Amino acid sequence: MPSPTDLNIDHVAHLARIALTPEEKTQFAAQLGDVLAYIEQLKTVDIAGIEPTAHAFPIYNVWADDVARPGLPVEAALRNAPAQRDNMIVVPKVVE
Amino acid sequence: MKYEAVIGLEVHIQLKTRSKMFTRVATGFGQPENTLTDPVVLALPGVLPVMNKEALDKIVKAGLLLGCTIAPVCKWDRKNYFYPDSPKNYQISQYDQPICLGGTVEIELPGPSRNVMGEHKLIPLTRIHLEEDVGKLNHFARESLVDYNRAGTPLMEIVSDPAMHSAEEAFAYLTSLRQTMVYGGISDCDMEKGQLRCDANISIRPVGATYLGTKVELKNLNSISFVRDGIAHEIARQIAVVEAGGTLVQETRDYDGQTGASQSLRSKEMAHDYRYFPDPDLMPVKVDEEWKARLLAECPERPFDKQRRFFTQYQVPYTITSVLVPDRALSDFFEAAAQLAPGKAQAVGNWIVNDLLRELGNARLPLAESKVTPAHLAALVQLIEAGTVLTNAAKEIFVEMFASGEKPDVIADRKGLKAAPTDTGELEQWCRDSIAGNAKAVAEFKAGKDSAINALKGPVMKAAKGKANPKLVDETLRRVLAAL
Amino acid sequence: MPELFHQPVAALADQLAAKKLSAVELMQAVIARTEAVESRVKAFNSFDAADALARARASDERRAAGQSRGPLDGIPVGLKDVISVAGQPLTASSKMLANFVSPYDATVTRKLKEAGAVCWGRLNLDEFAMGSSTENSAFKTTSNPWDLARVPGGSSGGSAAALAAGEACATLGSDTGGSIRQPAAFCNVVGMKPSYGLVSRYGLIAYASSLDQIGPFGRTVEDAAIVLGAIAGHDPLDSTSFKTEIPDYRAELSKRRGPWKLGVPKEYFGAGLDPEVGAAVQAAIDYYRKLGCEIKEVSLPHTQYAIATYYIIATAECSSNLARFDGIRYGHRSAKANDAIDIYFHSRAEGFGAEVKRRIILGTYVLSSGYYDAYYLRAQKVRTLIRQDFLNAYREVDAILTPTSPVPAFKIGEKSDPLAMYLLDIYTIGVNLAGLPGASIPCGFTRGGLPIGLQIIGRPFQEADLLAIAHAYEQGHAWHTQHPKL
Repeated sequence: MPSPTDLNIDHVAHLARIALTPEEKTQFAAQLGDVLAYIEQLKTVDIAGIEPTAHAFPIYNVWADDVARPGLPVEAALRNAPAQRDNMIVVPKVVE
Repeated sequence: MKYEAVIGLEVHIQLKTRSKMFTRVATGFGQPENTLTDPVVLALPGVLPVMNKEALDKIVKAGLLLGCTIAPVCKWDRKNYFYPDSPKNYQISQYDQPICLGGTVEIELPGPSRNVMGEHKLIPLTRIHLEEDVGKLNHFARESLVDYNRAGTPLMEIVSDPAMHSAEEAFAYLTSLRQTMVYGGISDCDMEKGQLRCDANISIRPVGATYLGTKVELKNLNSISFVRDGIAHEIARQIAVVEAGGTLVQETRDYDGQTGASQSLRSKEMAHDYRYFPDPDLMPVKVDEEWKARLLAECPERPFDKQRRFFTQYQVPYTITSVLVPDRALSDFFEAAAQLAPGKAQAVGNWIVNDLLRELGNARLPLAESKVTPAHLAALVQLIEAGTVLTNAAKEIFVEMFASGEKPDVIADRKGLKAAPTDTGELEQWCRDSIAGNAKAVAEFKAGKDSAINALKGPVMKAAKGKANPKLVDETLRRVLAAL
Repeated sequence: MPELFHQPVAALADQLAAKKLSAVELMQAVIARTEAVESRVKAFNSFDAADALARARASDERRAAGQSRGPLDGIPVGLKDVISVAGQPLTASSKMLANFVSPYDATVTRKLKEAGAVCWGRLNLDEFAMGSSTENSAFKTTSNPWDLARVPGGSSGGSAAALAAGEACATLGSDTGGSIRQPAAFCNVVGMKPSYGLVSRYGLIAYASSLDQIGPFGRTVEDAAIVLGAIAGHDPLDSTSFKTEIPDYRAELSKRRGPWKLGVPKEYFGAGLDPEVGAAVQAAIDYYRKLGCEIKEVSLPHTQYAIATYYIIATAECSSNLARFDGIRYGHRSAKANDAIDIYFHSRAEGFGAEVKRRIILGTYVLSSGYYDAYYLRAQKVRTLIRQDFLNAYREVDAILTPTSPVPAFKIGEKSDPLAMYLLDIYTIGVNLAGLPGASIPCGFTRGGLPIGLQIIGRPFQEADLLAIAHAYEQGHAWHTQHPKL
């Protein structure tokens, strides 16, 4: 298992797309360091041959028939948009 | 040093379904912006995905058509990345348990000439998985506008092994893959509508080497010819870099089909870390033998298999099958007509390839709207075979038949295009006149020169004003000659 | 008789059916009570009295026309502000969604409306349901009606406090690691988390998708049974929803009489358990013995790993679930953003509170390249062992009795260390990891007058048994009839 000190808060905050203040970085690094140290105890569990549980009650093949139903009117779809124009969401230019 | 290219293609194909991959709002192209959305497409708080059964059927069918192993169990994973065209900021995809594994795409390379069949090869596939498409960004000077109509459309990613070695092979691969998917009703594969999109991974190595060179990913190959040109350009670029003593870097390049140039996409982003994990909102899929068998029964014959069958069953040449087979409807039309005109398959094929396609092209009509049916065409071919109409008359009948949809013998009668006379007494008299006036030809015929009979036909046809049934003329001449 | 706003749904339904009470009168009483105490309790993010009265009026019209839809018709049911109601705000107590209005009904909302209930108010919570005290709300800290200086528990603190304070007749909460049961225990009400898959999650803002369940709060076990019966059942819009027969939970309460075999897990009575809580739970266990139930000690040996397992799985899932809150299609968009990528960084920095950020960071980290197997995959395997512990115990017993929380309600601001707060969920988290149904029912008070909860954990999808067991205890006690003085 990795070490609790592996956490690179800058890198992870970047992956998570959250701009943290220097104070938050220091505080979170310490707090999450404690949590990760606590999580270390999972190292001691013997998991050899154990299957992972993704769902408590595994069921398969949950689907719906391909029937098209009406969606949202465009006004409702954009009602909560912070910025819109020509029935589209506006974002500052995306630089590829 | 001689170099060889190593090419793998990642092809994204939209599946032809009525509703989206994980919600039941309609799919579509060219609709007004943001009219094909619902809370799930927009990833509003609280929504959940539900799989589209038809999309699963279609991808399993695609896998069966390409000879893939269908995984007994597959699952859904979230691919996490932030981008404004991705409403959830993760894409539901399949990471380590795709639904289809292995398989091949049969390709035909260009032959020595257009009329000669080229070499066939099997290009192995790595995998096919199912995911969802993203929305569309429209870029303006200072803003980008987002339309989510496309978001959530079922999208299949077909990944080939790095097993192609030229732009022609890649072109042939894409052509064959597209034909097969259209045949199977899996997608319309219209590249202009973005229903088929292609990225290429390209590297070079010295001929004979077995390692893989530094890989460049070429994006935005938006038409089949761009794929060929873009790959050819990239191979040449890589060889030029290496020959000039340079080093290739692993990168993504954007190909511009208009200018024929490519440029590196230098992203400021750190290397992608997609943090794949199983989507807890979706349950895994089990494909059992019964399901597979049902879909297999719905799968059409694959294009190259059909071509081989046409060669043996109908004895039609490559020049015809190479036109018929890529189009499933056209080849079905052929087969229906050929079965109504036994032994005349080649004639049927010729009429389709030459006349029907010409008329459809002139009228800008799809085959489905043709008034000429297989039964019409078979009847026409049989009229010719029976000598009832002559070739030139048949051409005229075909044009009329294409315009009106009338039966060929109706047109022939109405327009007086049937070979004449049918009065055998009159014909016999013309034959006797011709024989009487051509002693030399008669003597040669009697001496065993069969073709000498042709010299006797001219005067008969002349007497008949060109409307005599040549078969009857031939028969009558022989009968009269034999009786001399 | 207690005041209308303190009466159980079952009693109110009888009066409504007998036309001794109108839905409008009931709604007016609840609105008046809310207006009287809300400034102290602070359970609501918002409420729409006009809309509620209109719906109450419609209920009265149905009843007058002989078209009553059953016991919930005309009953004000409060909803945690993570459950979508068409045309109403949906904030998750986050600045991110401060101005969001949902265009659609959650499945539970639709079902409540179909049962005639009046969806009443948007109830406060820890932001995005992350927390155990409701202190993590971006808008307000809800107070515990039994002691306004103390927390109501969390994350469904508003749902528990509003019910205890008489500001609603029943409420819905959501429970990912104890978020219904712990506030129920802190506020002296019944709270129940159903088996994973029994109640549709469609329209519930996801925190940890494989653990979240919506469940009812009621004044009595019978009320919880009535509300559960209305919201349970398979939903084609939730792929994780389970196809199972939904019995008439209310009718089953008196039909299922035991005696039951009840397990007491020794791991749940160790260090950290407040002695007064321990004594009250022990007294409850003794009561069941008196009822003729066989009490057996059982072992859930992987209990100590539950919190670690939970904080890997839950944070990993939340890091992905909360990615959609980006200020692009909806939600808070930072004014600082100069390009599209900036929108993410600044909108999320401004829109999310500290606990949400911490959990997203932790979840992003445990899923990041190179760490997946060591954290997420390992946690999923330990989850298997935890679930197996319970299933093994159920070979011997029908249900398991434990404290709901190791401590009674603590003071607002008392617990500032995140890990210390996480550790309080020790008794409730295993139930979510195993997908089991669990209920908390009132089982006493501390000397200081703080409520104590008994947790009863049932077999998967055997909610009817679980409720009957809870009902059997409640029938012999009067804790649930006590109300806070406000």
